[in-house]
Formats: sequence, structure tokens, C-alpha cells
Amino acid sequence: MPTDEPTATSRRDLLKLIGLTAGSAALYQAMTSLGYAAESGYKGPIKLEGDPKGASVLILGAGLAGMVAALELRHAGYKVKMLEFNNRAGGRNWSLRGGDSYTELGGATQKCEFDAGLYLNPGPWRIPYHHNGLLDYCKRLGVKLEPFQQLNHNAYLHSSKAFDGRPRRIREIKTDFQGHVSELLAKVTQKGQLDELVSREDREVLLQALRWWGVLDKDYAYKAGPLTAEFRGYARDPGGGLGGGLGAEPVPGEVIGLGDILQSRLWRGLSSFAAYEFQTTMFQPVGGMGRIGDAFAREVGDLITYNAKVTRIAQNEKSVTVAYEDTAHPGTTHEASADWCVCTIPLSILSQIEIQVGEPMLDAIAAVPYASSVKIGLQFKRRFWEEDEQIFGGISYTNLPIRQISYPSTDYNTTGKGVLLGCYTWNGANSFEFTAMTPQQRIEHALDQGMQIHPQYRREFETGISVAWHRSPFTLGCAGDWTDEARKQHYDSLCQIDGRIVLAGEHASYIPAWQEGAILSSLDAIGRLHKRVLQG
Amino acid sequence: MRAMARGMGTLVLALLVAADALAADPILSPGFRFSEQTGEALYTNVCQACHMANGEGATGAGRYPSLVKNPKLETGDYATYVVLHGQKAMPAVGRLMTDEQVATVVTYIRTHFGNDYKDPVRAEDVKKAR
Repeated sequence: MPTDEPTATSRRDLLKLIGLTAGSAALYQAMTSLGYAAESGYKGPIKLEGDPKGASVLILGAGLAGMVAALELRHAGYKVKMLEFNNRAGGRNWSLRGGDSYTELGGATQKCEFDAGLYLNPGPWRIPYHHNGLLDYCKRLGVKLEPFQQLNHNAYLHSSKAFDGRPRRIREIKTDFQGHVSELLAKVTQKGQLDELVSREDREVLLQALRWWGVLDKDYAYKAGPLTAEFRGYARDPGGGLGGGLGAEPVPGEVIGLGDILQSRLWRGLSSFAAYEFQTTMFQPVGGMGRIGDAFAREVGDLITYNAKVTRIAQNEKSVTVAYEDTAHPGTTHEASADWCVCTIPLSILSQIEIQVGEPMLDAIAAVPYASSVKIGLQFKRRFWEEDEQIFGGISYTNLPIRQISYPSTDYNTTGKGVLLGCYTWNGANSFEFTAMTPQQRIEHALDQGMQIHPQYRREFETGISVAWHRSPFTLGCAGDWTDEARKQHYDSLCQIDGRIVLAGEHASYIPAWQEGAILSSLDAIGRLHKRVLQG
Repeated sequence: MRAMARGMGTLVLALLVAADALAADPILSPGFRFSEQTGEALYTNVCQACHMANGEGATGAGRYPSLVKNPKLETGDYATYVVLHGQKAMPAVGRLMTDEQVATVVTYIRTHFGNDYKDPVRAEDVKKAR
């Protein structure tokens, strides 16, 4: 492995840099264990102490941010009213079930024909274990959770350009990739090529670790055999008795060559499970994500005026006045007033509404484009992914435009039907292209592509539904798509209280597109608002 | 539709249906960026997502403006800027296009949907506006 001097130097610099990063991570870890740096910034139920003396608050939007604000402010003694554009509460916290119908912008109406108990979560669908605020509200409101499988070693990594388009099991790619890389690193270590970077004592331990981590043999080689099969799986699993005449003895499969794995790019999929946001344990509400919105609505539903399309938000020294149209009776305008206003309307919409706030907040409201995202739910006659392929929950990743197929993390090993998430795009050309299609076209394409991974698709398919978020009438996009630059310039102005108005929602958080962002933003906004109110 | 054509068993109709399906078939780009090249393909696979098939836009809690006979399209600069940099609800889709693609699609919009602005937007104009 010849290296010229400049490369060697820069490699050392890189390792120094990693050392520094590791140092600060270690510091952070120490701080966390001492309780100085809490995960997600949630510090337990909010305490709004002090008498607001009958002050009133108008909350715009009955998604999670709005309903958290309503619940807590009412509890603290405020008079609360809410306006909601949709005819239901929850906003993007939403599950589409059989019997529901959804009309997207452009007028296409889809009737959801899923069987009872089956659903698609068009918006959020999984909850990281460190989203403490959301988890706490689920606990307080009695929303039952179950594990969401993010990583299933038996799901697939697939590329139409690799392995003749045949999917590979995640366990194979993960074990083989790790094994080959370990073997390479062990060779380099043994040749003394890491001597400058790793101390003599550490070299011995490193070699041991590589054997363990990479499942190498005593010669530090990664090879097909009983040892590696214990990790990557078998060509024939161990059986019992005489194995029905075929033999019960396990048969290890061939390992996939390093070059094949590298060129396949399937290793990319592995990072989807490694990120902090996707590490186990993840959760989902039993019965669909919408159960959280339902639970909030049980608490604050009496405060909500539905079908209210906000058209103007005005304020003076004494109050806030909001004009809205009753969309059930088009053309009829109403007004609602309160002392204060918590506005959770997505910026994609708020930027089009006349709102009486200062220039900095106006600029901030206009500075955040919304991400494109498309989800497609497909109902199949039987759970073939479980019955034929032993895939119980989890996600297969592909280079095809559908990007992923997620298997239901519930009702495992039953004989009934099931709904797959058959497409989930996030920005990029394909997300816009799927959005531009008719709902029928989206499903056709999702089926064509899914067939390349699961040939059972066409035979077993029954009905599907899609939500393309840029066609969503109540959001005009999926979630705030901040750039670092825009954040630097506008984030603080967006979150400041302007007169009697404060904004909240995932867009006013550092966790955009996650429900936790909406909740933390809302709690922070009402905490500051409450202080302001008490100041008189 | 294809099944119906087969059922009727007339080759001519089958061909017509196939041709029709082909013209309307959406494109899914192989990479992260848009692969469509013509103004029509770019419009129907990208812009149409929000501005709809006939440029009519749409209205919900907010709205996607109609492009039909839209006086804001009089200069190519404005539309070019919005496609490149986004504006409010509009994402900066031009970041996923080449200068040529942006020029082509802006020119397409300015010459369709009741707009008849003859001066084409050129790739070099787009490059300057990036």
C-alpha cells in the first residue's frame, strides 16, 4: 500500500481530528451522566406557576404543537380557543384507515379501502427512545406504545444495479462488509503499517477486537464457514433429527466478496440504522400514529373550531384578532380575538397570510421552504414477507425511486392481511416526480418497483393509498427544510415573541419533521409567553 | 386500460392506447437530480406537482399560484430566480437542475398556459442568477 508523504500527513491530521472529536464526545457523555446535558431538552411536565388572571389565548392549528399548548395553558388557568383548518385534530399526526377519504390539492380524492385495523401513517411513523417529551405525553395520555422495528437483519438491501438486481439480506451485507474490512485492517496492523498511529499494547488489543468484530479466523482471515455463518446466516439452517432426509446439519453460505459489496453500494443502507435518531428502541403507538392526536383531542377537542381557514392575523397593544373563513360554508368570514396568540400554522402557509408582526419575524416566516415527501401504503392479501421471506417488521432499502419498503411492526405471525409502506421519498427528484403523478400512477409505479424486490406483489396486492405532502391542503409540504445559513439568519427571529404572538411547531425547533420538535417548541413558546403574561 | 384494449382485441386501439400511455407516462429520474430534458417533461414531472397539469395552481390552507396568463412571467428573471432560489412555499427545485434545464422549463412556462412571452431564457442567464 504505497503512500506518498502528503497523504500520510493528511491521514494523521484526520486521525488527530477524530481524537479531538472523540474527546468532546467523551466529555459530553460525562456531562450527560452528571445530568448537565439532557437528551432532547425535555425536563418533565411544564410548570406554569402563577395566576394568568383570566388571560385568553387563541391557538392556531390543532396539531401536536397546538394541542400541547392548549392542554398546558388551560391547565394553567388560561381561557383557550383553537382554530383548525382540517375537520379533524392531529395535523400531520395522522393515520389513514379504511373508510377514510383524502382529497389532495388538485382535487384527486382517494378512498382508503384498507381492512379494519390496518393503516398508513402518512406523516410521522416512528418515535426515537430519546424523544422524551413525546414519550411523556404518550404516558400521561394513555397512548399505548409498541416497538417499531427500524433494523431487521433479515430485511433486504437492494440495488437494481448490483447482484443482477437480486436483493441481499442485511445480515449478509453487514457481516461480510465488517468481516472484509476487519481482515484488511488486521493485515495492515500485522505488517506494522499502523505502528505510528497505534501503540504496541493497543495493537494487540486491536487485533483481538478485529477478530471479534469481524468474525475472523485464527489467521485473521474472513472466510465462509461455520463461524461466519453464526453471524451472517446459513445456506441451510441447522435442523433436527435427520432433517427430513436432506440432513439436519447446518450449511454455511458463500460470503460475498469485498469488491462486490463495495461496487454494489449496498453498504450505504447500513448507515440508516446507525444514526442516533434510528437506533433501537424505537416506538409506534398501537393502532397507528394518529392515536396520539386522538388522545390529545380527547383532552382539548372541546376547544377546537374546525374547518377554520385563517386569512389574517392582526394585533395591537391589547389583543390579537384573527380572521378566518368557515370552509364548510365558503365565503363566510369570522373573527376570533384573544389577549395572546400561539400560532402553529406551517410556514409554507403562514408566509401567505397577512400577519401583523415585525420585519425580522416576517423575513423568518418567508425563509423556510418545505421538504418534499411521498408515502404510499399498499394492502396485500397475505403477509408474504413473513410467510415466504421471514421478514418480521423492519425496512428494506433500495436504490429504486420508492427508496424503502417498511413491513408492519405489529400483528406478527398472523394469517391476516397487511399493509406495507411501499414508498417513502424525502426530497430529491423522485419525490417531486411522485408528487406530480396521479394517485393511481403512484401506486402502479410503487408496485412495479416493489416487484423487483418481492415478486409476490402483483399477485397479492389489493388496494393502496398515497400522500404526497406537497399536495397536502393543510401543509403545502412535509416539514420545515432549514439550511444552516437560514437558521443562522432567521431562527431566533422566528422563535421570539412578537408583541402578543408567538410561533410554535416543528419548524421552530432544531428537530424539524419530528413530533418531538413540535412539542419542545410549543413548551418553550408557552413557557416564555407565560412569563410575559405574568409580567403584565 | 391495457386490459380493456386486449379484451377488445383490436391492434389499432391497443397501439393508440399504448402511445397515449407512453406520452403520459411519468418519468422517475435515476439519480437525485432531475433527468428530464424538454420543457414539457420538466413541467409535467416537476412543476405539475404543485402548479397542476394546466398551470392552474391550487388552493388549500394556502395556495400555489396559477401560472395561467400570469403577468409576473413577463420577465424571465423573476421566474428564473424563484425556480433557482425558491420562495416561501416554493422549494428551490432549480438546485436539482442544470442551467439548461432551468432555462428550458422557464421558457416553457412563459410560452404556455396562456402566456406568450417570446424572448427565451438562456442557460447563461440562469448561470448568472444562481
